[in-house]
Amino acid sequence: MQLFKCPFCGNRDQSEFTYIREVAPVPGLQADQAAWQKYVYERDNPRGPHNEWWHHHLGCRQILEIVRDTMTHEILSVQMARKAMVQS
Amino acid sequence: MKYSVFSLLKQAMSRHSGWPMAWRNPEPKKHYDVVIVGGGGHGLATAFYLAKNHGIKNIAVLEKGWIGGGNTGRNTTIVRSNYMPDENAHFYEWSLKLWHQLSQELNYNVMFSPRGVLNLAHTEGQRDQLFRRGNRMRLNGIDAEWMTRSEIQRFVPLLDCSDDPRFPIVGGLMQRRGGTARHDAVAWGFARGASALGVDIIQNCEVQGFVRENNRITAIETTKGRIGAGQVGLAVAGNSGRVASMAGLKLPIETHILQAFVSEPLKPILDTVISYGAGHFYISQSDKGELVMGGDLDFYPSYGQKGNLPIVEEAISLGLQMFPNLSRVRMLRQWAGVMDMSMDGSPIISKTPIDNLYLNAGWCYGGFKATPGSGWVFAHTIANDSPHEFNRGHTLERFETGKIIDDKGAGPTPQWH
Repeated sequence: MQLFKCPFCGNRDQSEFTYIREVAPVPGLQADQAAWQKYVYERDNPRGPHNEWWHHHLGCRQILEIVRDTMTHEILSVQMARKAMVQS
Repeated sequence: MKYSVFSLLKQAMSRHSGWPMAWRNPEPKKHYDVVIVGGGGHGLATAFYLAKNHGIKNIAVLEKGWIGGGNTGRNTTIVRSNYMPDENAHFYEWSLKLWHQLSQELNYNVMFSPRGVLNLAHTEGQRDQLFRRGNRMRLNGIDAEWMTRSEIQRFVPLLDCSDDPRFPIVGGLMQRRGGTARHDAVAWGFARGASALGVDIIQNCEVQGFVRENNRITAIETTKGRIGAGQVGLAVAGNSGRVASMAGLKLPIETHILQAFVSEPLKPILDTVISYGAGHFYISQSDKGELVMGGDLDFYPSYGQKGNLPIVEEAISLGLQMFPNLSRVRMLRQWAGVMDMSMDGSPIISKTPIDNLYLNAGWCYGGFKATPGSGWVFAHTIANDSPHEFNRGHTLERFETGKIIDDKGAGPTPQWH
């Protein structure tokens, strides 16, 4: 069983979390269709460390930004996503 | 050597010491007209049909591991064509037609067994949905048949068709021409067939990069040195994103893991393929007697080829709702394969922005059933530099133009397809 260390709830079972998507800057309201197409459909999809948004839906219900290795499943960092989302 | 009862008798005389290797194991040449990256079922089928249907002789298949060591040897071997969108319906139906004569075509027994594929419905809404699917299939000339609960109970005595389960069975949609095949034999049969037509199958040869000139790929850097290429086809399933990124492409694909399980061998108890409707679970019995089962993805991107226990528990609990009498059967093995989940749940068999690079990817849960059809249309696409009528819709550009092929209607969330 994998444990994710939620900054609000501590170590919790992975099945409490829902994967949302790869972290990518959200296009601005004035962005053209090509920018949205890239954001909605294209993925880096790396083998190795991967920046991901997860929803702690059975816990604090916060959206988290997790860096996770897609080969080893190791969790490299967990932080609140709000900051990252606002910056982009 | 052609396999037949006569060759069997002849080899029996010499105590089976004279059987040749099923395919050659050559060193790579300096240059090939077509290089297929990926020696799974799709790559080998593509090479086979390129040689057989299009007369191209100078072909290589590069495989980083061994033939059939990836998803071809990791799936639950189900073959069907019960799709709704026209693009998928015609493509998978053509693939199913190829399955029905594949053993003869390859002179290799792929053990295709059209034992029927039955999808269960547990609510009236789901029944209407399956009616709609069945009607669309029949309009496309594909067999589909509604089975009532009592018909299903007679057909599969093992199944709990009573009112006791949490989600009692209402009925089911049956495709009798669907079934299962022996997955390893499919890889070996295509490898043998392709090798006999002059295709070089190069194992333990991993692609490390592409040499580009203008908008073309001229050579491939591999662990066995640089190999020149006239045209390049990618058929690398879960690794599509990685290999395409070496060529500078970013794909509408996420790589997820899908688990499968087999039980200890049992006497014959299940002679069809059944999928549960109130959750995601499918089961069949192999010729060895093992129950072959699968469920959902693990729902997060992974290249790990290993799954986690919550999904095992979920899948098995769904299975026990259908077959409570299997509760004491022991599990023998569990494993996972890496799926190239596309953004609309349908495959991409397409030209790419690079002139001589072709992409065969995005097979999601269902690449195995597509193996012969995929090879057939991908070979056509490479040989003619334009798609076959059956993969005209499966382009890479459809995500820009909006003409997506979304059977399930789940949108750009690959894990939910």
